[in-house]
Amino acid sequence: MKYNKRQKAIILLSDGTIFHGKSIGKEGTAFGEVCFNTGTTGYQEIFTDPSYFGQLMVATNAHIGNYGTLSDEVESDSIKIAGLICKNFSFNYSRPAADDSLENFFEKNNLLAISDVDTRALVSYIRDNGAMNAVISTEVDNIEGLKKQLASVPEMKGLELASKVSTTEPYYFGNENATYKIAALDIGIKKNILRNLAKRDAYIKVFPYNATFEDMSAFNPDGYFLSNGPGDPEPLVEAQAVAKEIIKRNLPLFGICLGHQVIALANGISTYKMHNGHRGINHPVKNLVTGKGEITSQNHGFAINREETEKHSDIEITHVHLNDNTVAGIKMKSKNCFSVQYHPEASPGPHDSSYLFDQFIENIKNK
Amino acid sequence: MPKNKTINSVLIIGSGPIIIGQACEFDYSGTQALRSLREDGIETILINSNPATIMTDPTMADHVYLLPLTTKSIVQVLKEHPQIDAVLPTMGGQTALNLCIQADEKGIWKDFGIKLIGVDIDAINITEDREKFRELMLKIGVGMAPQATANSYLKGKEIAQEFGFPLVIRASYTLGGEGASFVHTEDQFDELLTRGLEVSPIHEVMIDKALIGWKEYELELLRDKNDNVVIICTIENMDPMGIHTGDSITVAPAMTLSDTTYQRMRDMAIHMMRSIGDFAGGCNVQFAVSPDENEEIIAIEINPRVSRSSALASKATGYPIAKIAAKLAIGYNLDELSNQITKSTSALFEPTLDYVVVKIPRWNFDKFEGSDRTLGLQMKAVGEVMAIGRSFQEALHKATQSLEIKRNGLGADGKGYKNYDQIIEKLTFASWDRVFVIYDAIQMGIPLSRIHEITKIDMWFLKQYEELYHLEKEISKFTIDTIERDLMLEAKQKGYGDRQIAHMLKCLESQVYKKRDELKIKRVYKLVDTCAAEFKAQTPYYYSTFENEVETPDGKLESINESVVTDKKKVIVLGSGPNRIGQGIEFDYCCVHGVLAASECGYETIMINCNPETVSTDFDIADKLYFEPVFWEHIYDIIRHEKPEGVIVQLGGQTALKLAEKLDRYGIKIIGTTYKSLDLAEDRGSFSKLLQENNIPYPEFDVATTADEALAIADVLNFPILVRPSYVLGGQGMKIVINKKELEEHVVDLLRTMPDNKLLLDHYLDGAIEAEADAICDGENVYIIGIMEHIEPCGIHSGDSNATLPPFNLGEFVMQQIKDHTKKIALALNTVGLINIQFAIKDDMVYIIEANPRASRTVPFIAKAYKEPYVNYATKVMLGEKKVTDFNFNPQLEGYAIKQPVFSFNKFPNVNKKLGPEMKSTGESILFIDSLKDDEFYNLYSRRKMYLSK
Repeated sequence: MKYNKRQKAIILLSDGTIFHGKSIGKEGTAFGEVCFNTGTTGYQEIFTDPSYFGQLMVATNAHIGNYGTLSDEVESDSIKIAGLICKNFSFNYSRPAADDSLENFFEKNNLLAISDVDTRALVSYIRDNGAMNAVISTEVDNIEGLKKQLASVPEMKGLELASKVSTTEPYYFGNENATYKIAALDIGIKKNILRNLAKRDAYIKVFPYNATFEDMSAFNPDGYFLSNGPGDPEPLVEAQAVAKEIIKRNLPLFGICLGHQVIALANGISTYKMHNGHRGINHPVKNLVTGKGEITSQNHGFAINREETEKHSDIEITHVHLNDNTVAGIKMKSKNCFSVQYHPEASPGPHDSSYLFDQFIENIKNK
Repeated sequence: MPKNKTINSVLIIGSGPIIIGQACEFDYSGTQALRSLREDGIETILINSNPATIMTDPTMADHVYLLPLTTKSIVQVLKEHPQIDAVLPTMGGQTALNLCIQADEKGIWKDFGIKLIGVDIDAINITEDREKFRELMLKIGVGMAPQATANSYLKGKEIAQEFGFPLVIRASYTLGGEGASFVHTEDQFDELLTRGLEVSPIHEVMIDKALIGWKEYELELLRDKNDNVVIICTIENMDPMGIHTGDSITVAPAMTLSDTTYQRMRDMAIHMMRSIGDFAGGCNVQFAVSPDENEEIIAIEINPRVSRSSALASKATGYPIAKIAAKLAIGYNLDELSNQITKSTSALFEPTLDYVVVKIPRWNFDKFEGSDRTLGLQMKAVGEVMAIGRSFQEALHKATQSLEIKRNGLGADGKGYKNYDQIIEKLTFASWDRVFVIYDAIQMGIPLSRIHEITKIDMWFLKQYEELYHLEKEISKFTIDTIERDLMLEAKQKGYGDRQIAHMLKCLESQVYKKRDELKIKRVYKLVDTCAAEFKAQTPYYYSTFENEVETPDGKLESINESVVTDKKKVIVLGSGPNRIGQGIEFDYCCVHGVLAASECGYETIMINCNPETVSTDFDIADKLYFEPVFWEHIYDIIRHEKPEGVIVQLGGQTALKLAEKLDRYGIKIIGTTYKSLDLAEDRGSFSKLLQENNIPYPEFDVATTADEALAIADVLNFPILVRPSYVLGGQGMKIVINKKELEEHVVDLLRTMPDNKLLLDHYLDGAIEAEADAICDGENVYIIGIMEHIEPCGIHSGDSNATLPPFNLGEFVMQQIKDHTKKIALALNTVGLINIQFAIKDDMVYIIEANPRASRTVPFIAKAYKEPYVNYATKVMLGEKKVTDFNFNPQLEGYAIKQPVFSFNKFPNVNKKLGPEMKSTGESILFIDSLKDDEFYNLYSRRKMYLSK
C-alpha cells in the first residue's frame, strides 16, 4: 500500500448546490433522490435494502467500509442504492469473517461512490431544504451537462418503484413442513423479514408485486404479508386492491413500511411525501397499547396522514414516532390486520420490535 | 409513570478525594444530578469530603456536607434532615456504592425510612460479587470466561492448576482494578495471589482464564421505571483485552463491529441490565469479542451506576447521562423527557455520531519512581483527554496533541524511537507511549502483521496508522512552495498539526499557517448534536475539523462552519487539560467559576478544554464550548474566529498559563495579570530582584544551566540544596540534595530530560515551617482570602501537605510578616486576579519560596472552608468589572479546616511512599475540626515527619 491520490468528484443537487469530494475509484455518473441514513452500523444491509432503490445514500457515520462485506449480511441479491456519498471510505477493512472489501463489493455491483464530502453539511442542507434529486459524478468539469441530465430525472413523488425491485416469479422460503403458511407480496421485501417469519415456524410463498389476491389465496395461506419497498405507495393500485380483498375477508394481515402505507391507502387514508423522511436505526417509537418505548430501524420517505387515521372509525393508532408524532403503527379494530411504518426485522438495527412477528403469528393462530 | 410525588428530598453521595480509578468524572455526574433534581423542585442534600469539587459549592445543593464519607457522617446528615426521602448513590462511583451498602448492612436506611433510588442493593451486590454475577450470567445464557473464586491461598493454587496460564487475578470489592494482575507463569502466581487476597476487603479473589487479545467494548445504558432501555454509546477499546479500560485508548462509536455482532451485544447488554434488578438508572456493561470468524461475545462486567465511561459517553455523544439518570431515578420515563441537545426530540432514543471520538489516558509514571510502567489490569492513568474529529485519524491526532507531553501528534516531530529492539519491546509491554511507538514501528518498516501479532490491536486501526505514514511520506516530497492545496487539506483533515507539516516540509510553523491561510484551508467548527444533523440542535458544543467546500448555485465556494459568531463581547477561558498530579480538579473548579462570573458580568463565555471528566466541558456551563486540545494552533484559530476581548489564563493551571507568552506575542489580550508579570514571577532572577527591592527575604539561591555551574553554586549556598527546574508542574523534578554527588547526579538527570532548562538551586531551610497564602488583587488593593500553615515541615510539596486554615501555631509577628509580604508582592507584580505565595518560616523570619500569580490548588479549599465565592470575585476583578473594595468579605469558619492530601500509592506496589518536594498525591479531602484538641489533628501532627524523605 502506498499513498493513494484520488480523483475529484461532486454531488450536484437539483437546486444547483454542489458538494465537493473525491471518487473512491470508479468513474462515472449516477442519479437519484438524495437521502441520508444515520446508522453507525449495518452499511451492507442498507445498501442492499430494496426500499432504497433509486436513492443516492448519504451515510452520516464518519467511516464506511471498516468491516468489509459478508455474503450473509445482505437484504437482497444486489446493491439497491443508486450511489453512495460518505465522509471517509475504508479501503482497508478488518474482519476475519468477511468475504471481501466494500470497494470490491461496489465494483462487482457497478456502484458509484464518492467520499470526502462534508456529509454533515449535506445532511443539514437536506434537513433544511427537503429531499431532492441529485447526481454524483466524477465529471467535475461538466456541471452544465450534469444539470441538464438531472433535470430529466423524475421526482420521487408519484414514482412507482416496486416493480423494479420485486421478484418476477413467485418463490418459496423456509421449511415447507412448517406449521404456518404465509403469502407475502414482494414490493421490495427484505430478506430478514422472511428469515424472521421462517424462524417462527412459517413457510412463505413470495409473490411478485403485480400478483392478485386470487394468485395469493391459491397458496391457501394462513396469513398475508405486505412488504416494505421503495417509492410512492399511491401508484401501487394492484397492491392496494390485494390489501382490500384480504381485509374484506378479515384474513390475518401484517404490513411493514410500504406495506403499511398500502394498508392505509386501502382504508382510504392518504399518504404524503415527508420533508426528509426517517432513515436510521435509532428512531424512538412508543407503543400506545403497552406504553413502552422501542428503538427502531426506520427507512421511509412517505408516511400516512395522521388526521385521517385518527378520524377513521375502524383504525386505531398503536404506535407513534416520539420525535415528530407521525403514525408509526396501526391496527384495524374490526379486522385481523395491523401494520407498522418501521422495520421490526431490523437488519440493520435493534431487535426491540421483533415481538411484532410474534404478534402476527398469534393473529394467525387466533384467526 | 411520571415523577414520583413521594420523593421531595434526596441525599446524594459524592465520591470523595480523587484517586486513580476515580477522578473528577464524578464531580461532573454529581453536579449534573444535583442540577437535574433541583430543576424538578427537589431538595438536595450532598455529602462529599472533596473540597475541590463544583458539586460541593453552596449554590449546587440545598445543603452541602463536607464530611468524611462514613456511615457516621450519613447518620449525622439524616438526623439533621429528617425530611430526606431517598438516597441516590449512583453518582459517586464505587465509593458511594460501597458506603451505601455499608449503611444498608447497618440498617441505617431502614431506620430513617430512606428509599434507595437509581439502583437497588441486590444489583450492587450481584455486580460486585463476581461469583454471584457469574452464576446469574450463566443462568440467563450470557457467556463468561472460565473463572473461579478463591478465598484462600490454597484454593487459589488449585484453580491455577486446573485452568493453566495465563490467568487473571482480581480482588473482590475493589476499585480501578486494584489488586488485579495477569499471571503468565507459575513463579509470579504466589506473590500476586497473596496481594490480591490482601487488598480485597473480604479476602477474596477471582481467578479468570485470561482473554488476552480479545476485542473489548463498552456499552452505556439507561433504563426507566417502565423498563425502557436505550444504549447511549458504544465504545471500542483500541487496546484489546489485557489493558484496563481506564488505561486503554478508546474510540466511539465502535469502529470494527458489524451490525449483526453489535445487535447481539446490544441484546445481551439489555438482558443483563434487566436481570440484575428492577431499577431505573444507568449501567455500564463491558464485553469481549473473540477476534476470529466466530465473533463470540463474552460479558466482562456490569456496573449499575454512572462511571468514567459514562462521563466520556456523555461528552462523546452530547447525551447527558447523569442528568437523565437522575430524572429516571425520581420516576420519570424516558419518553417523558426531551433530548437535551435538540430540545425538540425525545430522550428515548439512541444518539448517533457523525464524527469519531478518541480518548487517550494520561499517565504520570514520572511521579512514581521505580513503578512498573507496563499497562495491565490495574488502572494507572491519572487523567484522560478526549478529542473529536471527522475521522479516526483526525481524532487520534487531536488527542495526542491534547496530552501536553511535548508531542505534536503522531510522527513528524523527530521524537520517534529508531531502535528496532526498543520498538519491539515497547510494543510488547504497553506503556504511556505505545500510541506513538506504533507509528515508529511502521516507519521502521515492521510489518503490520507483526505489530498486530504483538499488540493484538485490530488491523483496521493499524491500517489507519499506515495511511498516516504514507501521507507523511508523500508530503515530505514537497516544500512549502510546491505543496498543492489538496494534499495540504488532506493533511489537515487527518489531524496533522501545522508544526508537523512544517517538519515534513522543512519550514516554520508560521509559514504553514500562512500558506493554509493563502490556500483558504480554514478550520471549521461542527456541532455535537446527538443526531448526526438529522435535527436542528440548540446546544453550542463544537469541535473543529477541515472540510471540502460547498458551492452555492451562484458560485460561492466555502467550507461550512456551524459556529456562528455573535456580536456580544466575549471572553475565552482556557481549561486545564487532562488531570495529572499537581493539576487536577481544583483548576476545573476555578475555570467553571470563572465562566459563570464572566457570564454574570454580561460576557459571552467561551470554554476551551479537552478533559472529558470535567464540569467545564459540560455543554451548558459556558455559552460556547469548544472541545478542543489546549494546544496553540487550535486555540489561536478559535481566537481568530471568535475575536474575544481577551483570554483568561490564570484559572486553568500551568496548561493555560504556559500559553500566555504566545498569546502576548500574537497581541492577544490576557485578562487580568499581564504576561509580563506572570513571567516576572516565574523568572527567579528578576523575581528575587523584586523581593530585594521590597525588602522581603528569600532563601539564598542561584541559577545553573550545567552541572559544573551547579557544583560551583553549591560552594556558596551550602547544603542542603533544593534543586528545581523552571516552568514545571507539581514540583516535577524537584529534589533536596545533601552533598555534591547527589547534586551532580540530579542535575545531570534533569538536563538530560529537560535540556536547556534553567535550574534553580535554593538553600534549603532545614526544619522550617511552611505556610502559604492566597489573595485577590486588583492592582491597587489586596485582599488575602486565606493563610494556611502546613502541618508537615518545609520540604514536602505543598500539595502533599496537610494544610490548616487558619494557621495553628504561627505568632502574631509571623502572621504580620506573611500579610505584609503577600500584599507587597501582589502589588509589585501588578497582579490583577489571584495570587498564591508560599513561605518558609524559620526562627520567626518569613522567607518567600515562590509566588504564582494565578489560581492555586488551595483556592477552592479556602472558598469551601470560608463559604465565599472567591473565584467569582477574582474573575470580576480580572475583567475590571469590580475592585477588591467592592466586595463585602465575610469568611465564616469556626475552628479549623484541614486540607488533607490523598495518595494512590496502592496502585504502585513497589514505589517508595516517601514524600518530598515533588508532589505525589492525586486528591484531597477537607476536614473541619473545632479545636486543636481534636484527635484527628493530633494524629496528623504526631505523624508529620513520618514520610519525609531525607
